[in-house]
Amino acid sequence: MLGYIIRRVLQAILITIGVTLIVFILLHIIPGASVARNVLGPRANAAQIAQFNHENGLDQPLPLQYLTYLWQLMHGNFGFSYKLNQTVSSLLVQYLPKTLLLLGLSYIVAIVIAIPLGIYQAVRRNKPDDYIFTGASFVLYSMPVFWLGIILIVLFSFILHWFPAEGPQGAFVTDDLGQLSSLILPVATLSLVTIASFSRYMRSSTLENMVQDYTRTARAKGASNSRVLFVHVLRNAMIPILTLIGLSVGYVFSGALITEALFNYPGIGYIFWNATLSTDYPIILGVIVVTGFATVLGSLMADVMYAIADPRVRYRRA
Amino acid sequence: MSTLDQPQTIAFPLPGGATQEKPGEVQDIVPAFEAQGVWRLAFNVFVQNRLAVVGVGIVVFMVLFCFVGPFFYHTNQTATNLANEFLAPSHAHPLGTDEDGFDIVGRLMIGGQTSLEIGIAAALIATVFGVFWGAVAGFFGGWIDNLLMRFVDIMLAIPALFLLLFLAVAFPRNVFTLILVVAVTAWLIPARLVRAEALTLRTREYVQAVTMMGGGGFRIVLRHIIPNSVGTIMVNATFQVADAILLVAAINYLGLGIAPPATNWGAMLSDGTTYIANGWWWLIYPAGLAIVLTVVAFNFIGDALRDALEVRLQKR
Repeated sequence: MLGYIIRRVLQAILITIGVTLIVFILLHIIPGASVARNVLGPRANAAQIAQFNHENGLDQPLPLQYLTYLWQLMHGNFGFSYKLNQTVSSLLVQYLPKTLLLLGLSYIVAIVIAIPLGIYQAVRRNKPDDYIFTGASFVLYSMPVFWLGIILIVLFSFILHWFPAEGPQGAFVTDDLGQLSSLILPVATLSLVTIASFSRYMRSSTLENMVQDYTRTARAKGASNSRVLFVHVLRNAMIPILTLIGLSVGYVFSGALITEALFNYPGIGYIFWNATLSTDYPIILGVIVVTGFATVLGSLMADVMYAIADPRVRYRRA
Repeated sequence: MSTLDQPQTIAFPLPGGATQEKPGEVQDIVPAFEAQGVWRLAFNVFVQNRLAVVGVGIVVFMVLFCFVGPFFYHTNQTATNLANEFLAPSHAHPLGTDEDGFDIVGRLMIGGQTSLEIGIAAALIATVFGVFWGAVAGFFGGWIDNLLMRFVDIMLAIPALFLLLFLAVAFPRNVFTLILVVAVTAWLIPARLVRAEALTLRTREYVQAVTMMGGGGFRIVLRHIIPNSVGTIMVNATFQVADAILLVAAINYLGLGIAPPATNWGAMLSDGTTYIANGWWWLIYPAGLAIVLTVVAFNFIGDALRDALEVRLQKR
């Protein structure tokens, strides 16, 4: 078990280093966007650019520059924004918690709804209510996140006047907790899409386990329907969902970007979006590195949890 | 005798209970018969799936609407006419007009052209590239597999939309770039799927036979591994189109897509969202519905294809 986890952690570290390498390469393949030109502006002359490059180590060979970049990243230095007069790490410290709040709430809502829904659908399989929920999740799954959000805004904000159309606007995440009503629509938008895919997995995973031999054995020895379902089937059916939670981190981050843009909620997705509009590369790349870390961490947790929940995995993959 | 009999007994379960009428001629007939039968069988399963037929119907309708529609429904989609802006639906403009006075129905048509073109082209490029990558990795194995698949792992670790937006900013904005940019994030999944297929296919007897006869690695990949994973590839390609349409809509919604007067469904929604508080529903619902319908249709087709082709795999 320990060996498996150590191997998996080493693998995650390698992938993380790979992500920083990709980001470094990206920074250097941008056509016509040298760092010096971006910082010094269009009127800087060749001598000034050369001096800037020399002072910032940009005239060094690329491999050396990459190692310097990696060294700086390891010390929490993500660079300095071109436009905002702020270090990227200070932006991350300020805005990442807001995104994590949005993601955390959405995950909780999604799991609390999707798992019972999936079980219910599996029990009622091929009955009208199962078809309705399957159809609904199919449509939700195929729906652009922003359009879903727009519909929710029009319905709950402009027609019913229940919730504000904008996310909380506090400077810090602690301010947002005081404005929970404005968090409802963003969280609903993000979790509805997640519910759609989680409940589909939960339904098929439950169905799969309901026809296993151990289920038949449990029934044969006289266990009641609910005992079979909640004690035997549920515990096994949950395993793929555990993994799915970890593996969906990247996907949900992408959803959070759109949700934050739509609800004007200043998380890292929102500042990333603004940075793309103002071509502020240090922010763009800093956020990509951070979301990459989060994704790697998510899949690492998925594998570890899977190995804990299902002992067969440890031996199979060892 | 036994060598003659073997292909018959192996091949015959495939065409779904076909009867053996002329035992003497079977040797020549079997291969062709088998090839047709497999696809015929898959086709029959596919057609029996009502949702699949609906999906194909929607896709055909959308393609006709977007590409043939403009020949019958003439609108000016290049010159703005501010006197006509935000008109409510009427006889002259069945779905009203937008902020520049463009007719929404006509706008849906040219917007749909770009959305469908980018979606399908990106899915095709991603599939072709990913299939080669995965087939090579899976077939050759060893350090090649390790190198190629670790690269896929790394790319998958970067959330797609973030990478997409970066690329959309860094490179000139046009349809061609958008296609490539979407393909860059989309090829990873087919690469993984085909690699898994290749890992099992490379141990099959017919692959060993080719190796024994002196066939090179790339011949095996091109002529044997890829054709035999075509089921997986087709199913995934269909889902790729659906995902690509959603991604393109998202990029354009975020304002990093195609410049006006060209448009697509995502960009139309982006414009419409500005006036979300004005109650002009025709700016928001038609384009969104068009996206959802098309994506649902491709997902229906993908699901049905999977059912149809998995039957084939199970029978084998």
